[in-house]
Amino acid sequence: MAALIEEAGRFYSYYNLIYLGKAFLFTILLSFAGCGIGFVLGAGLAVMRHPRIVSFAPLRWFALLYVELFRRIPFLVLLMVVFFAFQLAGADVTMFTVAATTVALSASAFSAENVRAGLESIHPNQWDAAEAMNMGGLTALRRVVLPQSWRVIIPPSMTYSVGLVKATSIASQIGVLELTYAAKILNQKGFSAALCFGTILVLYFCLCYPLNLFATSLEKRLAPSRNR
Amino acid sequence: MPHLAIDNLNADYGATPILRDVDLSVERGEIVAIIGPSGSGKSTLLRVLTGLLKPRSGRVEIAGEVVNYTSAAALRKVRDRFAIVFQQYNLFQNMTALRNVTIAPTIVKKRNAAEVEREARALLEKVGLSHRIDAYPDEMSGGQQQRVAIARALALKPEILLLDEVTSALDPELVAEVLDTIRTLASEGMTMLIVSHEMAFVREVATKVVFMADGRIVEVGPPAQIFDAPQTERCAEFVRRILRH
Ligand SMILES: Nc1ncnc2c1ncn2[C@@H]1O[C@H](COP(=O)(O)OP(=O)(O)OP(=O)(O)O)[C@@H](O)[C@H]1O
Ligand SMILES: [Mg+2]
Repeated sequence: MAALIEEAGRFYSYYNLIYLGKAFLFTILLSFAGCGIGFVLGAGLAVMRHPRIVSFAPLRWFALLYVELFRRIPFLVLLMVVFFAFQLAGADVTMFTVAATTVALSASAFSAENVRAGLESIHPNQWDAAEAMNMGGLTALRRVVLPQSWRVIIPPSMTYSVGLVKATSIASQIGVLELTYAAKILNQKGFSAALCFGTILVLYFCLCYPLNLFATSLEKRLAPSRNR
Repeated sequence: MPHLAIDNLNADYGATPILRDVDLSVERGEIVAIIGPSGSGKSTLLRVLTGLLKPRSGRVEIAGEVVNYTSAAALRKVRDRFAIVFQQYNLFQNMTALRNVTIAPTIVKKRNAAEVEREARALLEKVGLSHRIDAYPDEMSGGQQQRVAIARALALKPEILLLDEVTSALDPELVAEVLDTIRTLASEGMTMLIVSHEMAFVREVATKVVFMADGRIVEVGPPAQIFDAPQTERCAEFVRRILRH
């Protein structure tokens, strides 16, 4: 124990704190950028899949295929595929870009499912009324259906996002500097695993727990106003 | 020339034929009541007219113009001429009564917002709801929602108004109100198709009664004929049954 405390003095050096802080920032960036881009893409896919908005069937099939495919690829495998796809294309990109792309692709497929479930929770008579009044599909979506869907879309999306923060640790496999990678490097430099991984454990918790709290409060706020 | 001419109309849900060889001619300003047992296709007929369900065959003409239900542009034009009050009201759940009434005129028809709101308030007052304009549909009774739906349809200033069971959830005083409104509109030349089993109401306002069964129009005639001297056994039996209630 005394040895651990003595080691902590050296572990939490200025240099190491900067390093961990940077890694923490990249974990946040990777999660948020991936989730954000993924959600927008996913919402687009869900809209593309909706027969009341898109009447062109091949577009719907494409969206369906995309979602079903990307939802079923394990994160690590997708990471490798994206990595080699960039290489094959001769694109010289950073490992961070590769990881962020992977997160976004994966998130888009799951978000598409969440958004689709939200849109489908709305009674078709809402679409009927909008259509009978000559509202276009996208107008009906924006003014009528989407505002009613959020309460179904948001809770699973938040849960998924928290899960994704944890999944970004897999990006350490291709050498992206994020929390898990930082811990591994520090561990290799001779610091004890307890300190290295104990520290990032606390940091992951500090990131995920507020997100969970936020999700819960959002759910509570959305629940009573059933339809609004 | 009839305002609305329906000729040999057929429509299906999936593989099930629902409307069969429906023929109907409606003059401008006429109020046509549609009656018939549950499942006879009354609501479906209104859905087909507004293009929510594509007909399999047949022809619909409005003021002599053939309606092309397969073209999006043509469909938009038709929908401008119709307004429908759905059997389940179909109010937008995320909007107040007032917003439900103003949304289409402002968003779709791009009319002046202040003017639309003034009209909407007047319409809601006409249907006895001036005290509920800020209420959401899930805070209103069925009858109140139905009246919002009527106001919403009227705000569109349709040529032809389609009303699906609008009197069923109203109390007697309001039936009188709504009836008055409907009569005024008819005298102004609006054409109406009303699905209603309210015998007194139908007798009072309808110029013509259509009896439907199994997706077909079985008998058409003035209210006196349909209710007092029906020509077909099917219609006679149905009228006997509803008169008993
Ligand atoms: N969305 C649908 N999908 C499949 N079948 C349907 C659908 N809507 C209605 N039907 C069927 O079409 C037939 C006619 O229904 P419709 O709603 O037009 O009857 P209705 O005369 O309006 O009855 P009610 O008096 O109960 O309102 C019924 O047999 C019904 O089961
Ligand atoms: Mg019906």
